[in-house]
Amino acid sequence: MKIHVWRSLSLAIGVLVFSATLASAAQVEKFFDRHGNLVVQEKVERYKRRADEGTVFPVPPPPFSEGIFPCSDCHADMEPNPQRRDLVEMHDDIVLEHAEGQRWCLDCHNLNDRDKLRLVSGEEIPFTESYRLCGQCHGDKLRDWKVGIHGKRTGYWNGEKQYLLCAHCHNPHSPRFKSLQPLPPPVRPENLNRQGVVEASGHN
Amino acid sequence: MSNKPQCDNHAFQKSRRKVLKGLAVGVGVLALPAPNASASVWEAFFQKNFRELDRNELQKVLARLESEYSKEYGKQVTVKATLPIEGVKYGYGLDLSRCIGCRRCVYACVEENNQSREPQIHWIRVLRLDKEKGVALEYAEHYYNPAEVPEEGHFYMPVQCQQCENPPCTKVCPVQATWQENDGIVVVDYNWCIGCRYCMAACPYGARHFNWSKSKLPKEEMNPETHYLGNRPRPTGVVEKCTFCIQRTREQPGRYPACQEICPVGARKFGNLLDPKGEMRYLIENKRVFILKEDLNTQPKFFYFYAT
Repeated sequence: MKIHVWRSLSLAIGVLVFSATLASAAQVEKFFDRHGNLVVQEKVERYKRRADEGTVFPVPPPPFSEGIFPCSDCHADMEPNPQRRDLVEMHDDIVLEHAEGQRWCLDCHNLNDRDKLRLVSGEEIPFTESYRLCGQCHGDKLRDWKVGIHGKRTGYWNGEKQYLLCAHCHNPHSPRFKSLQPLPPPVRPENLNRQGVVEASGHN
Repeated sequence: MSNKPQCDNHAFQKSRRKVLKGLAVGVGVLALPAPNASASVWEAFFQKNFRELDRNELQKVLARLESEYSKEYGKQVTVKATLPIEGVKYGYGLDLSRCIGCRRCVYACVEENNQSREPQIHWIRVLRLDKEKGVALEYAEHYYNPAEVPEEGHFYMPVQCQQCENPPCTKVCPVQATWQENDGIVVVDYNWCIGCRYCMAACPYGARHFNWSKSKLPKEEMNPETHYLGNRPRPTGVVEKCTFCIQRTREQPGRYPACQEICPVGARKFGNLLDPKGEMRYLIENKRVFILKEDLNTQPKFFYFYAT
């Protein structure tokens, strides 16, 4: 009995709300709740604009090779060639080891203005915002980078912080982090004499 | 007839008491600084526990140490005693999916914190572990020395003081020379430590280190920005440990610890655990986090995590 009352009541409310918002049907969402009742309510905005949209992250200048930027120094007088090809005359030192079968230069570099990068959306961005380009595929890393979890952040733990661009640690054309030589291991206790001085280098 | 020996006996007892008294006084005097010792040695001898010093006494102690160190190392050394920052509890994060075991942190720490170069003291120990076996400390190797890191099939886990919230080391100290500060850092008063090394036995992380002999610290490498409870030069026979670079992190604005600043892969994270918007809280809430030897209930504030 009680259930029937509630069901009809909620249905009535639902219909009422539905008809009231019929004009703006796009802002209404309908679904069945766990009791099987139809719920019609104003649509909840689930995909909000990111709070940090438009935030500029303080980064040092991008790690360009010596004398390579601005690209327009050379490219201004050149006819843009959108043809996918292997480069032979210039930039032939760049070996793409970054999903190389799926992309080439102009998927990230901008055809008409070489001093800028190009997002998939067509938006042109400066090299100082290149993290947005990387974040198109590596969204999880970008999210972590913004809060300081992925990548190195320096400055003050309770003050101003400095970020690094993705390209400071990862060569964009070959992004795997390069191996390093480790610093020497600690001295083995058996190689010490009573004064704590290293006697034999042992097998370190 | 029978009285005489008794009397002698009495006299002997008296003299034995005197001898013992004299011996006690003599030994006591031997324990004192030499009579020709400078005033600063006498002051150091009668110095109170750090936590019992009032403001004037503390200023005197710091001034004395500054002049001592400045003379010894031939440069202007400052010894601060900066207090904890209100509303701060320090936490550390280390991304095991990023660390490549390059040991840059080990040596940055040595330089920043004036550790002895010989005998060698390292506050950070980088363990090499097998990816197949996971965090199995019985298979850990810390003398690894390949030409390049990271090595195939291995991951690396730097271990340093975990700044436990429930520290076993401070409880065993018989003279209360080590304690936890309000910002969570476990510190040692090197002037109060008697060198019994109970705390080293109590620490399950091997994070405490003993100054077996006079530390060899080259004058030119000595870091003159010091803190009383942190990186000031240590005397022989005391225990020392990581303090989250107390001389840097307690500044306003607070610098990052030296190991965090040097890390080439950005695996090290540092911040205030009480700041809900800080990076430490983000990583604890969003990443796979574990603490070392959780079963011991030491409650470390050093969080290992996998960001990926």
